Amino acid sequence: MSAHPGAYYLPAPSHWPLVGSLALMSAALGATLLIHDLSGGGWLLAVGAAGLATMLVGWFGKVIRESESGLHGVQVDRSFRWGMSWFIFSEGMFFAAFFGALFYGRVISVPDLAGGEQLRLLWPGYSGGWPTAGPGIEAAFTPMAPWGIPALNTLFLLSSGATVTWAHWALKRGRRGQLIVGLGLTVALGLTFIGLQAYEYHHAYTALGLTLGAGIYGATFFMLTGFHGLHVTIGSLMLLVILGRALAGHFRPDHHFAFEAVSWYWHFVDVVWLLLFIFVYWL
Amino acid sequence: MEANLAQPLPQAHHAAPGGVWRWLASTNHKDIGTLYFWFAATMFLIGGLMAMLIRAELFQPGLQLVQPEAFNQLTTLHGLIMIFGVIMPAFTAFANWQVPLMIGAPDMAFPRMNNWSFWLLPVAGVFLVGSTLLPGGAVAGGWTMYPPLFLQGGISYDLTIFAIHIMGASSIMGSINIATTILNMRAPGMTLMKMPLFVWTWLITAFLLIAVMPVLAGAVTMLLADRNFGTHFFDAAGGGDPVLFQHVFWFFGHPEVYILILPAFGIISSVIPTFSRKPLFGYASMVYATASIAILSFLVWGHHMFTVGMPAAAQLYFMYATLLIAVPTGVKVFNWVATMWRGSLTFETAMLFAVAFVCLFTIGGFSGLVLAMVPVDIQLQDTYYVVAHFHYVLVTGALFSIYAGLYYWLPKWTGHMVNETWGRWHFWLSAISVNVLFFPMHFLGLAGMPRRIPDYALQFADFNRVASIGGFVFGASQILLLIVILKCIRGGEKAEARAWEGAEGLEWTVPSPAPYHTFAQPPEVK
Ligand code: HEM
Ligand SMILES: [Cu+2]
Repeated sequence: MSAHPGAYYLPAPSHWPLVGSLALMSAALGATLLIHDLSGGGWLLAVGAAGLATMLVGWFGKVIRESESGLHGVQVDRSFRWGMSWFIFSEGMFFAAFFGALFYGRVISVPDLAGGEQLRLLWPGYSGGWPTAGPGIEAAFTPMAPWGIPALNTLFLLSSGATVTWAHWALKRGRRGQLIVGLGLTVALGLTFIGLQAYEYHHAYTALGLTLGAGIYGATFFMLTGFHGLHVTIGSLMLLVILGRALAGHFRPDHHFAFEAVSWYWHFVDVVWLLLFIFVYWL
Repeated sequence: MEANLAQPLPQAHHAAPGGVWRWLASTNHKDIGTLYFWFAATMFLIGGLMAMLIRAELFQPGLQLVQPEAFNQLTTLHGLIMIFGVIMPAFTAFANWQVPLMIGAPDMAFPRMNNWSFWLLPVAGVFLVGSTLLPGGAVAGGWTMYPPLFLQGGISYDLTIFAIHIMGASSIMGSINIATTILNMRAPGMTLMKMPLFVWTWLITAFLLIAVMPVLAGAVTMLLADRNFGTHFFDAAGGGDPVLFQHVFWFFGHPEVYILILPAFGIISSVIPTFSRKPLFGYASMVYATASIAILSFLVWGHHMFTVGMPAAAQLYFMYATLLIAVPTGVKVFNWVATMWRGSLTFETAMLFAVAFVCLFTIGGFSGLVLAMVPVDIQLQDTYYVVAHFHYVLVTGALFSIYAGLYYWLPKWTGHMVNETWGRWHFWLSAISVNVLFFPMHFLGLAGMPRRIPDYALQFADFNRVASIGGFVFGASQILLLIVILKCIRGGEKAEARAWEGAEGLEWTVPSPAPYHTFAQPPEVK
């Protein structure tokens, strides 16, 4: 292999990045207008989202065709591995910011508001504790209980980690049937997770009084579980693409980085969920 | 798979497409580097004009030119534009041009993503600059975006949040690309410890960016939610805390200031050995110093928050941790000086800027140490002393290193030597005026003049006038740089492959200007 270290794929000029930039511009402008109830916001956002989707399909489609036509050598494969690892690291740091907010609220700001000077002067009678909506929010809420849907969801997500590993194992042994079943099960578990989470949100808003406005608990709850849910959604879409490619006969036992990338991502989402289950729902 | 490997560089020989498409769709690291450079230059002009307006308003006490609201918008945008729109893209321009050339790679690891990283920036730039036209004007809460002030503004605040998201995405993708290129695309034989120091500093910078840009994204996302979706992250009534934002922001913010200086260290470490005609003194210690600065930078954010109320133990910790950074930084300064020691020195413009960097950046480092001391900082926080500090590290530090790098590598990029006469004028005018501009700010700060204020008490008038005069001269001098660059692009003495007598490294083995595609076959590094 090292005899040909120059085997390096240089892609030709591409219009997809530009499409992506214009789409993001439209989406961001649209979101801004929408937030402020200004006309055209929804349209711009929709156009931007459609543009982004087109870009993703077009761009990844091109990469897939390149990969299938054998343009990706060992070095490109290694680049993809580095790239995906760094990307997952950056995602981890994104969640870290919100976990930081959660711990700060629980360990510092809430106890602070319930003690010392604050207790005498600012918020007399506020006793702190967790969960809390804070000293100044009147509306009551019930926190999300861990041992119902969240525990089930933990089970589903952990099982999906196992099924995707099984699929990988099958792929490496060239057993396409098992690969497809494993992937299908993983997608099904992911979609079940999303469905249950949607139900949980509905329940929170309608029955528990648990909303984004429910103080620091509600804010961190929805921000963390919401971004996690978004990642499960994206992960499920990626798994669907991989499933489609597996059905189309893509991937070889020794050349299937796209599969591995998606399964890394899926395991990452899994780990984040475990942390969420422990620190958001349970403790 | 083996068979595919045997055909080197499929499609590698497409020439530059003509017209705008060459720039819009580019997958060429040199073209994209050039785009980054001109974007930075454009934003520098805009941010610089804002600075001129700020100094004009501060020329004398009282309100003359702009109203306080507009003044706050100017300082906020000036900060955001100079950091995210000028220094960072300019360093990325250097990374794009130089990293593949210095490690013997044909291009970046992900050429298409490289293009996207760039073309996101103009979008964010348009949002930032365009938001001045929105009802209520642009953001005015300071580049640090602290709540509760930042929660109270109008539509431009949300647009700015999205601009930050987009710039963050750009930085993260750009850094993933740079890190992957460095880790995976080096020519055979170029082990990590043989990489030029510029490549090392960018590898570590890329790591910092990938680590902290998502944290900034999280911080502004919480702002967005508090502003629009009813959350209470930063509202004590809901159990949140405005200080939480400061923690998250500075967890990003302090590594960010090293993001703004580590590539500068790399450039200076390339320029000084060349014009000293000696290898860099203490290469390995430079690598370790860079790495330890990067690690320490995650542990010192509290020094921006000494006055918001924190336990004395935390103040002591952040103080000592911050002072510790002086050690690796000192290692670097000593190494540069030792590289020059008994070298056969010549002072081309690049070297002049590099030497000025060593002297003046060190002044900024020292004022940082002063600020790191809690009892002193409690006096100086939010005064002009802080403004003096960060302008010494950012203007005479980061920006001067960019100038040094330009004068050094322009011959490689354009194929022409820079005009030294014009360069020297640019250097001396800049180096003198920049001190006239920023040095008096130390005195203003020590005397108690607050930062971010359009009007001030009479006793501050003299030093402000001096600073403003320095500012106008400095601003005007930068026109010379533009002339130097344009002259260098259009013509001038032909540059040889090794444009500078003492220059070492792979980039000097390819012709000047570097051909559109370089290192289609990787060079062997001994
Ligand atoms: C020897 C190393 C350094 C030390 C000890 C240091 C220390 C400090 C301290 C303590 C502050 C807070 C001052 C206050 O707000 O009261 C500060 C502010 C600042 N520093 Fe440094 N610094 C160092 C190097 C740098 C470098 C290399 C840069 C950038 C290239 C930088 C950029 C800044 C900026 C932008 C601020 C102001 C942030 C703001 O409030 O807007 N510093 N520094
Ligand atoms: Cu700092």
